[in-house]
Amino acid sequence: MTDAGTPWSGYAPAAAWDEAMDLDGEVREPYARVYEEIERMSRDDLRSRAEALASTYLAQGVTFDHAGEERPFPLDIVPRVVGADEWDIISPGVAQRVRTLEAFLADVYGSQRCVTDGVVPRRLIATSQYFYRAVAGVEPANGVRVHVSGIDLVRDQHGIWRVLEDNVRVPSGVSYVLSNRRAMSQMFPELFGAMGIRPVLEYSRRLRSALARSAPEGVHDPTIVVLTPGVYNSAYYEHSLLARTMGVELVEGRDLETVNGHVFMRTTAGRRRVDVIYRRVDDEFLDPVKFRPDSVLGAPGLIHAARLGNVTIANAIGNGVADDKLIYTYMPDLTRYYLGEEPVLPNVDTWRLEEDEAREEVLDRLDELVVKPVDGAGGKGVLIGTRASRDELAAARAQILADPRGWIAQPVVQLSTVPTLTESGLEPRHVDLRPFAINDGEEPWVLPGGLTRVALQRGQLIVNSSQGGGSKDTWVLGGVRQRPHGEPPVESRVELAGLASVPQSAHPEDVVAGQQQQQQQQQQHEVGGTSGGGAPC
Amino acid sequence: MLSRIAESLFWIGRYIERADNTARLLDVHLNVLLEDPWVDEPSANASLLTVMNVPCDGGASRAQVLETLAFDPQQLSSIAGALMAARENARRAREVISTEVWECLNTTRMDLRRWNGRTARPHEFFVWVRERAAVTRGLASATTSRDDVWNFLELGRSLERADMIARLLMTRSLEGTAGPDWTTLLRTCSAHEAYLRTVRALVTEERAAEFLLVDRHFPRSIAYNLSMAEQFLTNIEGEERSRTLAGRAQLALGRARTNLEYSPVREVLDDLASQMQSVQRACATASDLIRDRYFLPDATVVWSQEAL
Repeated sequence: MTDAGTPWSGYAPAAAWDEAMDLDGEVREPYARVYEEIERMSRDDLRSRAEALASTYLAQGVTFDHAGEERPFPLDIVPRVVGADEWDIISPGVAQRVRTLEAFLADVYGSQRCVTDGVVPRRLIATSQYFYRAVAGVEPANGVRVHVSGIDLVRDQHGIWRVLEDNVRVPSGVSYVLSNRRAMSQMFPELFGAMGIRPVLEYSRRLRSALARSAPEGVHDPTIVVLTPGVYNSAYYEHSLLARTMGVELVEGRDLETVNGHVFMRTTAGRRRVDVIYRRVDDEFLDPVKFRPDSVLGAPGLIHAARLGNVTIANAIGNGVADDKLIYTYMPDLTRYYLGEEPVLPNVDTWRLEEDEAREEVLDRLDELVVKPVDGAGGKGVLIGTRASRDELAAARAQILADPRGWIAQPVVQLSTVPTLTESGLEPRHVDLRPFAINDGEEPWVLPGGLTRVALQRGQLIVNSSQGGGSKDTWVLGGVRQRPHGEPPVESRVELAGLASVPQSAHPEDVVAGQQQQQQQQQQHEVGGTSGGGAPC
Repeated sequence: MLSRIAESLFWIGRYIERADNTARLLDVHLNVLLEDPWVDEPSANASLLTVMNVPCDGGASRAQVLETLAFDPQQLSSIAGALMAARENARRAREVISTEVWECLNTTRMDLRRWNGRTARPHEFFVWVRERAAVTRGLASATTSRDDVWNFLELGRSLERADMIARLLMTRSLEGTAGPDWTTLLRTCSAHEAYLRTVRALVTEERAAEFLLVDRHFPRSIAYNLSMAEQFLTNIEGEERSRTLAGRAQLALGRARTNLEYSPVREVLDDLASQMQSVQRACATASDLIRDRYFLPDATVVWSQEAL
């Protein structure tokens, strides 16, 4: 089946690990069904499905703001498939990572045992711009600081999953996971039935229950709100989707006010007490009293209320100290230190540029490495040495020498590739994966799937949507339907036997047989009578 | 419900209704321009713009009227502007309105691009606008719980409809033209058949005016909409009815309604333009009072840097 007609002809993976096909052109097992399905289509068919997908997104208003303009979020038509066996590594690996981050944050804002025991240098914490003394000693209600996290994973050229980045401040993107799934299940209904893809819909329910559990003590039916910076924020779509699917209010800073250490929202029926705030506003903007005095996105007095334990802010303030890219380099040690476990998911090798030896080595090989600012997000400031011009390299060198604490270096990771529909047909494109984890205080739950971001330009390694990246629906196999034993459980069977069905009624005149016919005959007769046999009109 | 959301809902209701009625009004106006042999077009246009509260000096061309009242997306008095604004408000209140209503408003805004001022048959545009408004209302009605979300949507809608019908009736006395006859006005309000069934007589000025002004059962009479608005205010207020501001909004609406209901029709007709203006003023007053009562915080704690 390699005639020119199938969308697959011409698909050839290059040096990086391709998740759909190995170098000999054999289709890897998890992709077998997707491959067959697409092979059955013509190129035009595939493209028209992709167009239908884009137009549904536009109609639904699934957009993100790029440079002040609303754009449809690009969703690729080819799904990314993750086998059940791979997920059995990722899921516990991510959960372990989250437990480590929780332990580390509790320690940093508590007794700082990790510093006294010499695992992490004190300087590192003290110089982190996200370490807030204002929240030191604040004990969250159920001990959770990382209610929601997004752990960015990549697959290197050997197919090994590695952690690229931790996001424990306000990780975004989960709404695209939910809406991607809804759109894709309409595009490929056949595959969904057959493949046993694990569902993602329970995310909102899980998030709501995790937030409810984190409510201040003594509050039994907490009022939860989602705090958004406003309609013009790039992730506004996500904020409103989460609020809607959780059935809670979406508030802006100006809707909130604090009175005597309690937080209220302004409603048409007066003030209403707020117990849990799932905030999507950055730390610095949350409270003009404590942080940026010019912020209008937060509410004055919020931190005070949180310190008093009258309101829970999720994720906790000051989490940024843990997803600093320098702390990242200590994560494997911290996992061993706090949990006494070996890390399931390895890091990408990283040089800490404040260490003299490392810095010398890196400066020698700058043109082969990737340099990143430690507190950056969204792919900003990342320099890929192999692609950089001489001037850019010189500038980076100067920046590193001026502020070694501010930078790390990593080898160029050849991110794995996945078939993606481009202008010239299906081609391999680099992807990463951001699984989302929710911590309700018992055990982190990892959403099966997560956001796959894809770099739409050939060879591009930066996948952020702010850098022109798109997304893919991520299908994790191993859902219920793949269970070998075909018998459905007894409780899922609907008992209809012995029940008589209730008749559906209708307008009696419509039911009387022949009535209509009689009337028609009557009419014909009349017409025939008056016009003397002329044709009825 | 959050005050901010309530305000958005109130305005979604108003904007959709505004788009719908502006389409009706322009449709009838263009028709009059075609049919009236002695029409003085520039001054008729200018006077129409005045009715719609668009500043204009001297005469106005037909293209100008169409641009400002139908196609200019920047103006809130235009159909396009109202539809865009409805969609923006829906985006702000996205989590309380249903997906169906949101998608309807969103696609309406996107389809707006198909139309522009140079379209040869504006009538088709007006039909499309009326249809979209009807679809939006139908979806909202079928998918919204009858709680405050519905109350605020409908409050806005009733208020705007009363206001717009008052403006529509003002076109009877436009300068430079004899204006539309009462049959046309009834048709414009989709009221002709209902009128014939209720009144069972040919269209006479007084009967027709009575029908559009004070009929208690027809959903496009002014009094009907004013009393609906009063009803929704009562629903929103619920148990605690002692607050005065909402009471004052009801007062303004009730006074306008009873003034129409208890005056002889002839009297209203003799002074139609100023009577209709007082209806519009009552609606504006009520709208302001509703804003003061429900949408503005009563006491705001303002964080000011200077105080440090």
